[in-house]
Amino acid sequence: MEASKKAAAKSAPLATNGSNGSRQLLGVTVDPQEIKQKALMDLNAIKQPTKTEVYKSIFRVKHDQTARSRTLGVLSNVFLHLHPARVNRDAVRFSFTWGMGGISFYLFWVLTWTGVLLMFYYHPTKVQAFRDILYLEHDVPFGKLLRNMHRWAAHAMVLTVQLHMFRVFLTGSYKKPRQFNWSVGVILLVLTLLLSFTGYLLPDDQLGFWAVTVGTNMARATPMLGHEGPFGPQFGMTPFNDVRFALLGGSIVDANALLRAYIWHCIAIPGFAATFMIVHFWRVRKDGGISGPNRIMLESEIKPLRR
Amino acid sequence: MDWHQLWTIISLPDNIPIVGMIFIIPFFTWFGLRQGFANDRLLEKLEGDPKLARAHHRKTQPFQKGWARELPVWPYLLRMEFLAVVIVTFILMVWSITLDAPLEEPANPSLTMNPSKAPWYFLGLQEMLVYFDPWIAGVVMPTLIIIGLIVIPYIDENPLGNGYYTYKQRKFAIWTFIFGFIILWCSMIVIGTLIRGPGWMWFWPGMTWDHNRLIFEINRDLHEIIGITSQPWIGIFGGLVVGGFVTVAGYACHRLIVATEFTRRILGRMSLLQYAILQALLIIMLALPVKILARLLFRIKYVWVTPWFNV
Ligand code: HEM
Repeated sequence: MEASKKAAAKSAPLATNGSNGSRQLLGVTVDPQEIKQKALMDLNAIKQPTKTEVYKSIFRVKHDQTARSRTLGVLSNVFLHLHPARVNRDAVRFSFTWGMGGISFYLFWVLTWTGVLLMFYYHPTKVQAFRDILYLEHDVPFGKLLRNMHRWAAHAMVLTVQLHMFRVFLTGSYKKPRQFNWSVGVILLVLTLLLSFTGYLLPDDQLGFWAVTVGTNMARATPMLGHEGPFGPQFGMTPFNDVRFALLGGSIVDANALLRAYIWHCIAIPGFAATFMIVHFWRVRKDGGISGPNRIMLESEIKPLRR
Repeated sequence: MDWHQLWTIISLPDNIPIVGMIFIIPFFTWFGLRQGFANDRLLEKLEGDPKLARAHHRKTQPFQKGWARELPVWPYLLRMEFLAVVIVTFILMVWSITLDAPLEEPANPSLTMNPSKAPWYFLGLQEMLVYFDPWIAGVVMPTLIIIGLIVIPYIDENPLGNGYYTYKQRKFAIWTFIFGFIILWCSMIVIGTLIRGPGWMWFWPGMTWDHNRLIFEINRDLHEIIGITSQPWIGIFGGLVVGGFVTVAGYACHRLIVATEFTRRILGRMSLLQYAILQALLIIMLALPVKILARLLFRIKYVWVTPWFNV
């Protein structure tokens, strides 16, 4: 039976076969009814994309209104899984956190991307640096917007990080068990300021040059480690071997300083900052999530100290 | 009144954050303290009514029986985050389209900028250079600020006010932080930006930044005023003055620390080391305004002159 069918198919490719209208096409049974079914199935997939295997393979969980799906939707998403599944009902208001930690993080993210784009056009050399900025401002499509956004986001981040610290203080959120995360936060504040400061020199213009000159001149006066600082000379410090020399790669702000600022600004400090942010967010979760708004505690409820 | 000068300073694109700060910092101070006062009123009510204290949900935010204490992150938190991102992006876009980042002439070591200013967030430290030698203003102070901030959680033994705004339960901590953050840090930044002109001289808002202005100030060291002239005595005298300040300031701070029954109770929870660190930081913090006033009112340059360092 099978063999004779094949033989028939070879001799007559379009021979009809049976009463349901299916045919043999190049050795395959073709059933118009079945093809229609399949086409309808594909059409249905467009109407209901969430039912397709492609969708399920990407999203893994249903996205409907049930509590279970909402929870899984957050927990099984790599970008959202830093969040808990549920939060204090009053913590989602603006009034408690002022959103400043999250906004600082978003600004850091904006700065990373605009920064990477700027790096495509910037050379950290005395010959090119300033011209690259001019080029960015006048010739690169959206170059000016890019540079402006990088600068203003940096200013804004310095401000939002300080406001974040202020609110963490006012809500007493550094108290047990969050003491360590406050310290991590202080490191992040310092890194934020250093990021902004190292970026200041990069345009290689008068503003950055003199700001960095003023800033690093203070390093001369470091006790014991600067050549003008207390006990510096006694420790054998000269302009050519003290901390300022190490920071600038020279005794004046010049080509080496530019290169060093560039490497600190684009590689080292962002790396440190990102690392500390990971620790910071991790600790927010591990310390029991956001601290409040907590139930207020009366003075009479203070428990005696146990050491 | 030189309005043009005022406008040139305020409208400098790089000064926008400082002009913003003048409004933003007071706003958030008010916004935070207002919630603190609301909680304080609730505290008072609960303290006077133990039965209510047991039944109450202990927050100023509304709550009713049967409401969940926690909400799913999706959608309640994520939609707020999304909204924040949209708003911040919008502000950044408008800001970046309307205002251009500054670009001066190419760097030129032989042409000094006057005034040459550090980036705005370091202007507080630069302002301190007027009153202190660079090793204090530029090295010791930043180090102490960082250390001081890091140790806050480890020396604050007050268990109240953990996770909610309050003023009443943390008066000492809040005043200390506001003094350090707003009075010493933020307002010095504002002064450094808006008031300090060429030669780092003081120009009131509206005064013309005159590059040829000269001020003849005769700053003297404290020992010169007293009339001590030869070295070992100058150093010893200065050491005594600083020691005297530390004693007086330490005593004043101690009076604050034991001011009320509650603060005494907190002191009882502190170890000796915690107390010593707290005192050291408070005394150093107090030294700033004292030295600033000594300079501004009495034209005193150094109070302690030694062959190795001057304070
Ligand atoms: C790059 C800088 C920083 C980023 C991106 C960041 C981010 C965040 C985020 C997203 C949160 C969650 C709650 C919120 O948004 O308020 C948080 C919480 C916290 N942050 Fe930061 N932060 C930074 C700097 C700081 C600084 C400077 C401090 C303090 C000196 C600090 C101390 C804390 C503490 C103690 C918490 C827990 C607060 C609570 O549970 O209520 N952070 N941070």
